[in-house]
Amino acid sequence: MKNSLEIKGLKASINGTEILHGLNLTIPKGEVHAIMGKNGSGKSTLAKVMAGHPDYEVTGGDVLLDGKTILGLDPDVRAREGLFLAFQYPSEIPGVTIANFMRAALNARRPEGQEVDAVEYYNELYKKMDLLKIDRSFTSRAVNDGFSGGEKKKNEILQMAMLEPKYAVLDETDSGLDIDALKIVSHGVNSLRGPKMGILVITHYQRLLDYIVPDVVHVMVDGRIVKSGSKELALEMEKKGYDWVENLATA
Amino acid sequence: MSEVTTLEKPDLKIDQDEGNFSYPEDYAFDAGTGLTEKTIDYICDVKEDPDWVREFRKKALRIFREKPLPTHWASKDLENIHFDDFRYYLSKGAKPKRTWDEVPDDVKRTFERLGIPEKERAFLAGVEAQFDSEAAYSNIKKAVAEQGVIFVGSREGLKEHPEIFRKWFGKVIPTADNKFSALNSAVFSGGSFIYVPKGVKVKHPLQAYFRINAENFGQFERTLIIVDEGAELTYMEGCTAPKFDSVTLHSAVVELVAMKGAKLQYITVQNWSPNVFNLVTKRGLAHEESEIKWIDCNIGSRLTMKYPGVILKGRKARGEVLSIALANNGQHQDTGAKMIHAADETTSNIISKSISIGSGRATYRGLVHIPRHLKGCKNNTECDALLINTESRTDTYPAIVTRGEGNSVQHEASVSKVSAEQIFYMQQRGLSEGQAMSLSVNGFVNELVRQFPMEYSVELKRLIDLEMEGSVG
Ligand SMILES: Nc1ncnc2c1ncn2[C@@H]1O[C@H](COP(=O)(O)OP(=O)(O)O)[C@@H](O)[C@H]1O
Ligand SMILES: [Mg+2]
Repeated sequence: MKNSLEIKGLKASINGTEILHGLNLTIPKGEVHAIMGKNGSGKSTLAKVMAGHPDYEVTGGDVLLDGKTILGLDPDVRAREGLFLAFQYPSEIPGVTIANFMRAALNARRPEGQEVDAVEYYNELYKKMDLLKIDRSFTSRAVNDGFSGGEKKKNEILQMAMLEPKYAVLDETDSGLDIDALKIVSHGVNSLRGPKMGILVITHYQRLLDYIVPDVVHVMVDGRIVKSGSKELALEMEKKGYDWVENLATA
Repeated sequence: MSEVTTLEKPDLKIDQDEGNFSYPEDYAFDAGTGLTEKTIDYICDVKEDPDWVREFRKKALRIFREKPLPTHWASKDLENIHFDDFRYYLSKGAKPKRTWDEVPDDVKRTFERLGIPEKERAFLAGVEAQFDSEAAYSNIKKAVAEQGVIFVGSREGLKEHPEIFRKWFGKVIPTADNKFSALNSAVFSGGSFIYVPKGVKVKHPLQAYFRINAENFGQFERTLIIVDEGAELTYMEGCTAPKFDSVTLHSAVVELVAMKGAKLQYITVQNWSPNVFNLVTKRGLAHEESEIKWIDCNIGSRLTMKYPGVILKGRKARGEVLSIALANNGQHQDTGAKMIHAADETTSNIISKSISIGSGRATYRGLVHIPRHLKGCKNNTECDALLINTESRTDTYPAIVTRGEGNSVQHEASVSKVSAEQIFYMQQRGLSEGQAMSLSVNGFVNELVRQFPMEYSVELKRLIDLEMEGSVG
């Protein structure tokens, strides 16, 4: 389907252990979907498999971005096709400043000789930083190097704002955030919502979904989506606990 | 030869093949392969060396033959050098040129291929470029000459300025220093001779570009730079080499002398093809309150052994070595620094950054010597290694010999890795694997490179980018 990110019967393993056992999910552009699931249910695995992490082997199914398969493409090609992943554990890149890193990432999306204009670039960067209430001095710090948990997550959303992907997967962006930071980050994500972007929010807690209100909620158990519904499903989950859906999965 | 085909390749937009070409060999003079007294005589005859040089060379040949390969600071790979297979002298047969018009077309093309920008080509008036054995182009920028600065090839230096040349030649690095300094002393040709008179501060860096251009042809440049009292000079040596199938030997000797209160900075960027043995001896002699700084960046080559040093001879002399070594697959960079403190209140600083990629190997060797009787001496040594992928290895041998109290020595070393996770993270932002590695490497050397002259850091970044692009499949 055009205008959607489709995951069809996806099976994937790491070190010979299958983690995703035939997962189905469709995120249309313009919608925000949420995946909830216990630790170890395979949420990060799904995110990394979509992004093309080399440690995972896809053993079945497909992932289609606007109708075209992205399996088999290098991670950077998938990224340039418009897939963005906000990492649960972002890597530190010593010596590389945020400003240089983002500029390199933007230039990688442009033809040679048509690099971003420095003035425009900084205007844009500062605008997005203001949105996320990030101090200007941030740009000259090395990417994630010595960042607090909250700073790392803000930095992920700053990059998402700069790169304007077609589809963004946010893997536990709420973890490690205090309530103020959670509000700022959610505000940032909400301001990026719109008809041009599909967003998948992965979370362990219902709390985030009070701030980023999803159109659809999915529950993941042991590498499968076992239940989907409206935003009320998240509240029901919170009340009844994961045992409830786990029983659904085995029933 | 395949490299000629490379030159013909239409899509020259990819700089990856840069330096990967050679020109037809039409050398007027060729000493043949192997090294005997006859070779020395041949070189002396062609170069019209004075008798003292002939004797100097022959004595050096005897020392070269007697001296074993180094066993202390050494690599097994040295045993793969077959000295009889090399040519020890080759020349265009032309005298060093004076004007741009006189420069042979293929030399001009070399500059073009090296991507020297137009405005810098105009600046070539102040550039001395070596094409194979002899300086094919040598023109001192007028302003520099007017200041009394001598900037010529070593051959012209020893002939036209013997009173300065002989005083220092072979004094900082004696012939018998090591097997390769002896080899260079026997067959040296090319290289620069520079003298900066008292109090003269040379504004623009003087530069030289070196190239190797013939199969099995070793280069033995000999550079001697003397900066007189209170004078200042920055010298930039650059080289990229074409790619050959067989081994190429490069063994230069560079001697620097800084008189009282002088400042001398010597900068090298090198990008050898992966079959080159690069065995270089570089040392400076720093008199009272003078400063000698080596900035040394080594990319490429099969084996590089190079440990720039400073003998801190006068009170309050300062020595510095800032180095970057990048060992890609199959390459070995064995580099480091030597600081010999020989007077009170002398200070030295060594910052070394090495990068090992794939099966590449970087070794740091340092020697800091501060004898017991000296007071108020300081050394700071920092060695950082970056490993890209698990095969890489790095070794650090920082021998710091300090005796006596009232001297301070500080040493820091670190090893870090570019993990697959970091590369994946950067790729997820849209950077190719090569770009991601390049960014990590540049990040690793950034702080150090900031201390280099601007044009030089740009060049270095470009070389790192090319090297990283080439290192991914
Ligand atoms: N390198 C690995 N080898 C084997 N199993 C792994 C590896 N990494 C993760 N797993 C397993 O994969 C499962 C899913 O992990 P993950 O996707 O991180 O879950 P979540 O993000 O939902 O907490 C877990 O059971 C975990 O133990
Ligand atoms: Mg997870």
